[in-house]
Amino acid sequence: MTRTIEYRDALNEAMSEEMRRDERVFLLGEEVAEYDGAYKVSRGMLQEFGPKRVVDTPISESGFSGMAIGAAMLGLRPIVEFMSWSFSLVAADPILNNAPKMLYMSGGQFGCPIVIRGNDGAGGQLGSTHSWCVEGLYANVPGMKMVIPAFPADAKGLLKSAIRDDDPVFFLESERLLAYKDEVPEEEYLIPIGKALVRRPGTDCTLVSFGRPVHFCLEAAEELAREGISCEVIDGRTIRPLDIDTIVQSVKKTNYCVVVDQSWPFASPGAEIAAQVHAACFDDLDNAVGRVHSADVPTPYASELEQEYLPNARRICEAVRATTYNA
Amino acid sequence: MPITKVLEAQIDHVSILDEHGNFDESLGKGLIPDEDLIKLYGHMVICRLLDEVAFKLQRSGRMGTYPQNMGQEAPSLGAAYALETTDWMVTCYRENCGLFWRGLPMEKILQHWMGDERGNDIPRELHATPIAVPIGTQMLHATGLAWAAKYRGEKRVACTFFGDGATSEGDFHEAMNFAANLDIPVVFFCQNNQWAISVPGKIQCSAPTVAQRGFAYGMDCLRCDGNDIFAVVHCMNKAIASGRDNKRPTFIEAVTYRLGDHTTADDARRYRDAEEVELWKARDPITRIKAFMKSRKIWDDSKQAELEEHADEAVSAAVKRAEGIEAPNKEDFFNWMYAELPEQLVVQRDTMRTSSIGQDPSQIESPQASQQS
Ligand SMILES: Cc1ncc(C[n+]2csc(CCOP(=O)(O)OP(=O)(O)O)c2C)c(N)n1
Ligand SMILES: [Mg+2]
Repeated sequence: MTRTIEYRDALNEAMSEEMRRDERVFLLGEEVAEYDGAYKVSRGMLQEFGPKRVVDTPISESGFSGMAIGAAMLGLRPIVEFMSWSFSLVAADPILNNAPKMLYMSGGQFGCPIVIRGNDGAGGQLGSTHSWCVEGLYANVPGMKMVIPAFPADAKGLLKSAIRDDDPVFFLESERLLAYKDEVPEEEYLIPIGKALVRRPGTDCTLVSFGRPVHFCLEAAEELAREGISCEVIDGRTIRPLDIDTIVQSVKKTNYCVVVDQSWPFASPGAEIAAQVHAACFDDLDNAVGRVHSADVPTPYASELEQEYLPNARRICEAVRATTYNA
Repeated sequence: MPITKVLEAQIDHVSILDEHGNFDESLGKGLIPDEDLIKLYGHMVICRLLDEVAFKLQRSGRMGTYPQNMGQEAPSLGAAYALETTDWMVTCYRENCGLFWRGLPMEKILQHWMGDERGNDIPRELHATPIAVPIGTQMLHATGLAWAAKYRGEKRVACTFFGDGATSEGDFHEAMNFAANLDIPVVFFCQNNQWAISVPGKIQCSAPTVAQRGFAYGMDCLRCDGNDIFAVVHCMNKAIASGRDNKRPTFIEAVTYRLGDHTTADDARRYRDAEEVELWKARDPITRIKAFMKSRKIWDDSKQAELEEHADEAVSAAVKRAEGIEAPNKEDFFNWMYAELPEQLVVQRDTMRTSSIGQDPSQIESPQASQQS
């Protein structure tokens, strides 16, 4: 049985179910309690769980993420909400230098079962300082897991897994997807971290993406199908650990691959996937892996420019045509 | 004596013209000449109107998210009035009135919030930095600007503005510590409007005053009625003198109130009592000056009518100018990336290809072809 709910409510259900199930789980961040979350993700949670477990913090990203790490070291399971991952930049030391290394540095003594979540990527005219895609920056750091769901059902199942995970999980949502409605199972379920999904089967070219651009890929695949190019769209769902097997399996079938990644091109997850596909599918590829990224500039503020800057469907189509010699 | 007192603290609260019209002659006399007061008042009225119009523009889809300044006109205006134009103004997003006083064309603010970063390209001679939206980060820049001014032997100070919420950020504390310990002439100007979106002041600071945070770092601190432009100017004059002459920073807490929503994306009625808002409406910085000027016989209804007419014209003209600015081109977002645009970015700009194929110019047969959308 399923019902249709918004992405934001899927997140809410995941947190609420886990908080009912496990006393150690709590939520903290700016505006999460009284205001129901800056983007209404934690709607109703203060009422249900009270101020001990749904905590409004001062505007101190470094402070509350660092404190959450301390709490996690003692076995609690904090969920840290950043209004936007853009604000995680002022908390870089705790989240990059402490959380992912705590277990390692303490010889296995202190784990860090923390989930850090919030909006990632361009949110629709929020300007360059508020539109960070942190996957490109942070995926480089060992010791954490990175999840980036594109659909409500995945958001829920993956967030529940993230909360139960014993390691730090960076959970990347998109403001542009929060109101996206889709079917989500009624009954309880988990989706494992580290498993990609074939969203749309196809035969001519593999499109690999994660997060919001998966939707751009599906749009492009639709358009390309009309031109007779059949794309297989893979929704990565997790960036670290990367499910390269699902990608390789597909590329071995299609012989072409285009990676679509909303981060900047240089040293990005897209670059990593392309490198791994080149290595694993060297003999199967009929062309170099194509890549579509955001342009190599800060996110533009103006609406039309922002659309053009992002790896939109038009640019994906162009890349697929070029890669499959259909240009 | 085993226990001795090593420190006693005192924070002064300055009020010169209160909401009931009481005026402290000893502090206020001669502080702002009548003709200046009339001009300052005019700026506030225009700024308030712009806020109302901007709100409507946002609601009708002609502008993006916009943070109203309503109720907070006096703090930045008083500060800008007291500063020299060669002093730095390092602002966040509730300092429109002060920026307009300094000479920022109103359409620049509209342009910015309409989603065009060129709105942040502030005329150089105004010595103001881009509107800082990441909370708190601008305070360190102000400290650095003032440091550079001192380094170069200039007598300038930097005045940085931020909210009560911003005093929770690490950058705030680091900037204050730095400025105090290294003798940097910065004015830390806190617009304590008592709310950070839906979060009340006590979550950010549980001490009785925000001002005492400055005290902890060893700098002079002043607190004032932020809706009283005389009090603001009084505090600023002291802070500026201390910065210019002794290179000392000062912390000013201006107690004010945001009469509008946090931004157009917010609805403050959800978390604030109507009575609280009413209370602060009665303390409005604009009505206060108007009543004062009337009592001094330097203002009357016909002048008011004339001003309102002028304000209408000025604001409509600014909106017209802002909406008349030609939209940026697609290629424009590669502007100002580097002092000189590297070859790879030139190619990317011309092709909009971000793939590995295409970054090498030799692989592109016809850049023109791929530009068509
Ligand atoms: C680093 C960072 N964290 C969070 C935000 C989101 N945010 C924008 S304004 C704001 C409240 C700021 O409150 P305050 O400093 O009191 O200024 P006010 O808006 O009241 O003028 C918050 C949390 C941000 N812009 N930057
Ligand atoms: Mg505030």
